[in-house]
Amino acid sequence: MKIRVLYFAWLRERIGLGREEVETEARTVADLVAELRAREARYDLAFSDLAAVRCALDQELVEFDTPLGQAREVAFFPPMTGG
Amino acid sequence: MTPRIVVTEDDFDLGSEADMLEQGPDTGAVVTFTGRVRDVAGGLRHMVIEHYPGMTERALTDMATQAATRWPLSGVTIIHRHGTLAPGQRIMMVGTASRHREAAFEAASFLMDYLKSRAPFWKKEVTGDGADWVAARDSDEDALDRWRS
Repeated sequence: MKIRVLYFAWLRERIGLGREEVETEARTVADLVAELRAREARYDLAFSDLAAVRCALDQELVEFDTPLGQAREVAFFPPMTGG
Repeated sequence: MTPRIVVTEDDFDLGSEADMLEQGPDTGAVVTFTGRVRDVAGGLRHMVIEHYPGMTERALTDMATQAATRWPLSGVTIIHRHGTLAPGQRIMMVGTASRHREAAFEAASFLMDYLKSRAPFWKKEVTGDGADWVAARDSDEDALDRWRS
């Protein structure tokens, strides 16, 4: 399936783009991360410490073991620093 | 009660925002909190705030709705800016209105605690030494615990 992947803050900078369409067979968010890491060194580096990464599925915060299901958009970003 | 949620690059007028919250004969208390860009060691040139359009508005609306479920509020305002901000400029505000001050204070505090670590904003500080993303603090995450009971 095709899914839109978004990156924010230092993840966007390390990967070098803010969004892309990804063709994937991944079942969960974690599987998708593994696919991305296997692609290129910049992805591998950006996702090297998952404790420092948060993810959202269709704009809702989720854990990495969440199934992608029919989601259209997944986003990766560092812990938020609003306020 | 429909919360007023604004995500913008523009500055806002604190007086008119407070005036709006004061509408209504039952409103006995209005609390506003304003966050500003402060200087940092090394001298801050400016701050850049990035956000996740779409999710930001959803997250802020969800927080405001949760607050209105927990406290009897007659008004909630959340304004958060993004883009490039200079030291001294306003970043954001939270405003709450209620019959009594306890609800207004507590709801404002609740909203601030959630904004810190559950609204998709990221701050980058640009100083003479370079640019660095602001790291989230464990204390911000811990602050949510007191609202979970």
